[in-house]
Amino acid sequence: MPAQAVKFYQVGSRAVGNRLLDERLRSEQANPQRGNALNSGHRACQGCGEALGARYVVDAALRATDGKLVAVNATGCLEVFSTPYPESSWQLPWLHSLFANAPAVASGVAAALKAQGREDLRVLAQGGDGGTVDIGFACLSGMFERNDDVFYVCYDNEAYMNTGVQRSGSTPPYARTATTEAVGPEPGAPIGKGKDVPRIAMAHEIPYVATATVAELHDLEAKVERAMSLHGARYLHVLVPCPLGWGSAPADTIKLARLAQRSGLFPVFEAEHGEVTATLPIRDRVPVEEYLRPQRRYAHLFGDPPRTDLLERIQHIADRNVARYGLDRS
Amino acid sequence: MRKQIEGSRAIAEAVARCRPQVVPAYPITPQTHIVEAIGAMAKDGSLPGCQFITVESEFGAMSAAIGASAAGSRAYTATASQGLLYMAEALFNAAGLGLPVVMTVANRAIGAPINIWNDHSDSMSQRDCGWIQLYAKDNQAAADLHVIAFALAEELSVPVMVCVDGFVLTHAFEPIDLPSPEQVDTFLPPYHPRQFLDPADPVSIGAMVGPEAYTEVRYLSNYQLGQAADVFPTLARRYGAGVGRTVRAVESYRTDGAETVIVALGSVSGTAQELVDELAADVGVLTLTMFRPFPYAEVRAALAGARRVVVLERSFSPGAGGVVSADVRTALMGSSAQISTVIAGLGGRAVSKASLRQMLADLDAGRLGAMTFLDLRRDAVEREITRLHRSRDTGPHALSVLRESGVPASRIG
Amino acid sequence: MTAAELLSVAAFLDGREAQAFPSFGSERMGAPVMAFCRVDDRPIRVREPVTEPDAVVVQDATLLHHVELFAGLAPEGYVLINSAHSWTDLGLDELRDRHRTERLVTLPASDIAREHTGRPLPNTSLLGGLAALTGVVTIGSVEQALRDRFHGAVAEGNVAAARAAYRQTHGVVHA
Repeated sequence: MPAQAVKFYQVGSRAVGNRLLDERLRSEQANPQRGNALNSGHRACQGCGEALGARYVVDAALRATDGKLVAVNATGCLEVFSTPYPESSWQLPWLHSLFANAPAVASGVAAALKAQGREDLRVLAQGGDGGTVDIGFACLSGMFERNDDVFYVCYDNEAYMNTGVQRSGSTPPYARTATTEAVGPEPGAPIGKGKDVPRIAMAHEIPYVATATVAELHDLEAKVERAMSLHGARYLHVLVPCPLGWGSAPADTIKLARLAQRSGLFPVFEAEHGEVTATLPIRDRVPVEEYLRPQRRYAHLFGDPPRTDLLERIQHIADRNVARYGLDRS
Repeated sequence: MRKQIEGSRAIAEAVARCRPQVVPAYPITPQTHIVEAIGAMAKDGSLPGCQFITVESEFGAMSAAIGASAAGSRAYTATASQGLLYMAEALFNAAGLGLPVVMTVANRAIGAPINIWNDHSDSMSQRDCGWIQLYAKDNQAAADLHVIAFALAEELSVPVMVCVDGFVLTHAFEPIDLPSPEQVDTFLPPYHPRQFLDPADPVSIGAMVGPEAYTEVRYLSNYQLGQAADVFPTLARRYGAGVGRTVRAVESYRTDGAETVIVALGSVSGTAQELVDELAADVGVLTLTMFRPFPYAEVRAALAGARRVVVLERSFSPGAGGVVSADVRTALMGSSAQISTVIAGLGGRAVSKASLRQMLADLDAGRLGAMTFLDLRRDAVEREITRLHRSRDTGPHALSVLRESGVPASRIG
Repeated sequence: MTAAELLSVAAFLDGREAQAFPSFGSERMGAPVMAFCRVDDRPIRVREPVTEPDAVVVQDATLLHHVELFAGLAPEGYVLINSAHSWTDLGLDELRDRHRTERLVTLPASDIAREHTGRPLPNTSLLGGLAALTGVVTIGSVEQALRDRFHGAVAEGNVAAARAAYRQTHGVVHA
């Protein structure tokens, strides 16, 4: 029988744990010997994007550093659900101090390790959007401007979820939260407010800034690996859907993260020293509506009649992102 | 070696000899000379192995110290007043986590109204944060206390704040006998943490503790803090054996047989001691170096023979009364001694020997009530109170009182 | 380091006890500042501003009639003013009625400083003058304090200025 070369379309794709991939190309999550830094038994919600993101990130960081990693965590969902006293999910040295100071505490840890001549030990700091964008912002900026050797990861679920879904500086326009209710002429969170922390991080010209989502595992792990290959202040902003706060189905978490990226609302890119170096192109763009509809926090936009005026404004934001980063390759 | 140097400089050198590994620094008057001196030493190589970080705020400073200490390094910082308050959350955190950070508080008043001068309102406002609190009566004590503080903190895993009167001590030049580097190395071994972040033996530090265990955890923290009552004297004696002078948690001056005893913290006790030397009557001075944990037994014993106790305080609890007085009263429970609270030296107003002499005269004449503000400008406050009752449109009261003060440049203190 | 602090170092070098401190105001260029120094043979424990000085040193004569500089000065007290003018020209004759004339001295300290250091900073010259006027410290210790504080040509310039001021004041006092 004549031999015929078969093109395996899965090779080089983003499929997790693909047995057809060379071992070196497989994701860390496919590795039975992975760190499993965030062990099972934690108390996160069903479908929690942050638990997923944190496990992905920290396992990738452990691999990249050969296990020589220390984690500093801000107060928030991740900290609370991962350490229900007297248990802890964490399989690496882990420190939680306060809500507002994870970046500063991490700077202190990095300084201590430098003083001890133990710079082989690397420092990861992590927090939610509240602890990063708002209350932790001063400490974050301080860590950035000093270029401290800390890799900071923000898990952004776009509100203060742990305290009952209140608006943060990361809450997108028209999203319903407990402090931006879907009432009045402009329901949900106001437009024209909020911070774009990845761009602010870039303005500090630190060695590495990147955004990612839990939908693209290889991309996320590659970014963690890239970050850990560098020294100095590094920042990764990960979109992590929250079924409870977003009012979405637990099974939709990864799908929503992908839709956020495909709509252009969450641009995925990398930057070094203030310049964008790579982007994740959108090969099959979707209108923002497709991303917003499955989330009850936007339900008031799809009433009778639908708020097409507000949807247009959101679409405009997506269009602007696509233009700014040159994302549309469809 | 004995040198005529500035208090801040002596503290910086004493701290440097303790080989701090991480010093996060944020400026605030009047501690800044201390961190500047340490920064210079870290930069020019005379403090090898020290990472000096200029942080974005005092909150950042204490946070970085927490991280450094948890990672197994000896951490130190300094602050005052508003800065101490800004790091208040982190103070409780460091104590609760059991991290042996040492910090200098250059005692300064708290605003509003903003005031950069010396009193004890800053450290007193944080007396419940779980830190050991030591007050230096002069710069020699300040230098010695910092060295002892590191040993104390690391022995108990409880952070220590050394309180030094801002400007009055920090900016004063006086003769100080600094312990030599060899003496400090002999006394203070390298930091051996009870807990630290180590991949070889991972732990989670800082978990949430619920109702089922929180009480016990807090009880144990308090127990550790209380241990300082025994550990401090032991360490002070050991240090003292090396340098030839011993700091005491509670220092009695002419209290034997004294009918009246003045209780004081910090530099004002020196003025009080000078005064009692000049008096015919039997008046003694009890200086508290350790304020937290409060040395109840020693205070009770030292005041056992006193009929009248005057607690000289440099802060007060608005709406309540004296701060130190409350603890002194607890110490003297059951005693018939008459206890008077005198609030003096707020916001840097100098406490003079003359005023203290007048205070004792007032005590003798029965003119000293339960709580008195020393050197209060009664006419100015009475005028202002009248105004307050007369009209709502009073404007800021600080402005009104200052208008009564006359030409600022012609007044001292 | 202020003159008061240098004075305290000189006194220390003489084997005495000394305490120096500024009157504490916000640091601002051009604003009047006051500093105090106590010298004794016993350890100094008081911590209050000096309200009854034994000596007053005025570095900036423009302050003379704007600020109460001599309140509390002991009748046997000393005054040393940085000025090239005479006591009468400065409008201070009234002081002579209350104090000992030979203890009230003006000294062109800024000029002496400029001559020896190139800069009109009168501190170290005034210190030399004070040593001569009051004997509270020896000129030798003043010089040693200056050499400990400054280095090289700067130190020698300041030492020369102090010494010149000492000689000049000594001449005036014992004239």
